[in-house]
Amino acid sequence: MQQSEDKILEELTGGDYRWGFTSDIATELIPRGLSEEVVRLISAKKQEPQWMTDYRLRAFAHWQKMEMPHWAHLDIPEIDFQDIIYYAAPRTTPRHGSMDQVDPQLLETFDKLGIPLEERMALAGVAVDAVMDSVSVKTTFKETLAEAGIVFCPISEAIRDYPDLVRKYLGSVVPPTDNFFAALNTAVFSDGSFCYIPRGVRCPMELSTYFRINAAGTGQFERTLIVADEGSWVSYLEGCTAPSRDENQLHAAVVEIVVMKDAEVKYSTVQNWYPGDRQGRGGVYNFVTKRGICKGDNARLSWTQVETGSAVTWKYPSCILAGDNSSGEFYSVALTNNYQQADTGTKMIHLGRGTRSRIVSKGISAGHSNNSYRGLVQVARRAEGARNYSQCDSLLIGSKCGAHTFPTLDVNNPSAIVEHEATTSRIGEEQIMYCNQRGISTEDAVGMIVGGYAREVLGKLPMEFAVESQKLLSLSLEGSIG
Amino acid sequence: MLEIKNLHASVDGNEILRGIDLTIRRGEVHAIMGPNGSGKSTLASVLAGNPRFEVSEGTATFLGRNLLEMSIEERARAGFFLGFQYPVEIPGVSMANFMKLAVNEKRKYNGLEPLGAGEFLKLMRQRAEFVELDPRMTSRAVNEGFSGGEKKKNEIFQMAMLEPTLAVLDETDSGLDIDALRVVATGVTRLHTSENATIVITHYQRLLDYIVPDFVHVLYHGRIIHSGDRELALRLEEQGYDWLIKNEK
Repeated sequence: MQQSEDKILEELTGGDYRWGFTSDIATELIPRGLSEEVVRLISAKKQEPQWMTDYRLRAFAHWQKMEMPHWAHLDIPEIDFQDIIYYAAPRTTPRHGSMDQVDPQLLETFDKLGIPLEERMALAGVAVDAVMDSVSVKTTFKETLAEAGIVFCPISEAIRDYPDLVRKYLGSVVPPTDNFFAALNTAVFSDGSFCYIPRGVRCPMELSTYFRINAAGTGQFERTLIVADEGSWVSYLEGCTAPSRDENQLHAAVVEIVVMKDAEVKYSTVQNWYPGDRQGRGGVYNFVTKRGICKGDNARLSWTQVETGSAVTWKYPSCILAGDNSSGEFYSVALTNNYQQADTGTKMIHLGRGTRSRIVSKGISAGHSNNSYRGLVQVARRAEGARNYSQCDSLLIGSKCGAHTFPTLDVNNPSAIVEHEATTSRIGEEQIMYCNQRGISTEDAVGMIVGGYAREVLGKLPMEFAVESQKLLSLSLEGSIG
Repeated sequence: MLEIKNLHASVDGNEILRGIDLTIRRGEVHAIMGPNGSGKSTLASVLAGNPRFEVSEGTATFLGRNLLEMSIEERARAGFFLGFQYPVEIPGVSMANFMKLAVNEKRKYNGLEPLGAGEFLKLMRQRAEFVELDPRMTSRAVNEGFSGGEKKKNEIFQMAMLEPTLAVLDETDSGLDIDALRVVATGVTRLHTSENATIVITHYQRLLDYIVPDFVHVLYHGRIIHSGDRELALRLEEQGYDWLIKNEK
């Protein structure tokens, strides 16, 4: 029984990563390694003002005194931070919005990924900031959005064009000293998106950033900052892929979100970095700090993530619920296959009165992978009437994978109500056999079971992406049941 | 429609089926009886294509095709249905979604357009009534939290939805109270036509009061040692298997 099940599972885990192609694009690289000079060089490349250079240098100095954290349930070989290229840029990027000068390979790459950069071909209703390696290559619908007063541009541009906004909010949610990877990111981040929604504006389209690592030997350090002013609304989506390589590539991002009074931000991620091959060679190391603050009363922040990629994922999108009656949500599907490892979850920090949070985490483990949920729900003394509901489910496919849950509750107000539920289930050979006997193929059966399991989370994604994500989950498991 | 010749099959190196010969024609109902461990459920599993079992010898032809070369889902789409002895639960997957995919896979196999949502729901309501299955069950996850009786009814409901050419019901009567038994048996009888066939695997003759078999076979030690008509079942009920087994020895 065990034997035939293992065989079946081995077959299902054999799916190939379909975004693993490399593009031959003329790329400017700086020398390997990290030093004060490199930080200055990156800052100079971005033509940054002095305050920004100084800010980076302070973060770098602090980072040098820090040590890589080892508390996560992850087995990571020592990372040589001097063996990484910290800046890589395609030589030709669009100038003044014109696509004429652009390396056709670059356009083709994004086309292949389903992200056409020409607005006439773009997905209706979605504005995209496309980032390859260390630079933003194109932001679509910038003008349309500007008419509504919305700023949506590469963060490197925002530092030059909107210094007051950036200075006010950059590092206000994730300080440069927050953690090892946040400090590293602050020192060397090269691009990402900046978004400002003015008071009372409901953003008319989905905003999205698509991150692509292309160059070998490089790391990607993106930085995203979203500010939603009073009474505004925005839905934001982030996607990422990378070529299949034998080496491990480092990705250390920081996302900061500021939500003012009565405003709402929905942030969704479909993370599909190269996960490594079936033997666990290669793959992206994904260390991400994502945090938002509900600054004003009645502010709402919702994180939704579908994590299928990366060899290692270390990521805890969190909400600081400072405003009274503000609310935070975290919906996550994390899928690990082969030798992937994920340690992901959230922190809900209840500071304001009547704050509410909801956590729905769905882990799916297959192959030899390890999948952990790590969460913190903290209720401060003054957070009268705070409420949290957490649900952490694990789905196991096969017998060689692991699922772990590390919830922490820290409740300092007696009126708070905190609930936690957890389940573990398994896709077994018998379920597959049952579906097969009704004429349903194994692939469809697994897709259906996983889709049903993840439905609550996928339902939180914008429509087009929910369908894509469901397919992605099936693809990621392809071959893991015969 | 099904012709089994000298079928041998084993699991983990132990031979369970040791030369089965059986011919099923359209319009027939066959009952397979026999003491515990005689290989009844193994026969059902091997016909369904369960990969746990290894066929070492013999042939099985289903509707003119080599059954043993077909995948499990191909057999199902071609019209083979197995009513499971222990139906599994599939959390998160609603009966409606599950059946819709199953029905449409079969239609695709037969070159038919998939059923639209409206038609499908109508069919489902109608067939649920057929087996007196509470229609609300169809919005629940497959078998999840169903009682033993509900699970068995659900098997017959799926059979009604898929209208198989050949259905094998593996101890569908076990664990049913007398009312549920009547409902299940009536459902099976109503689904029976001159175009399809049913194999009923059972321990008890009481099921055969409702589903009247044309043939009764006794399976012992992996072989059919005796065949007869329904009178045989009555005699087995009275006298047990000993008189047949003694002959065997």
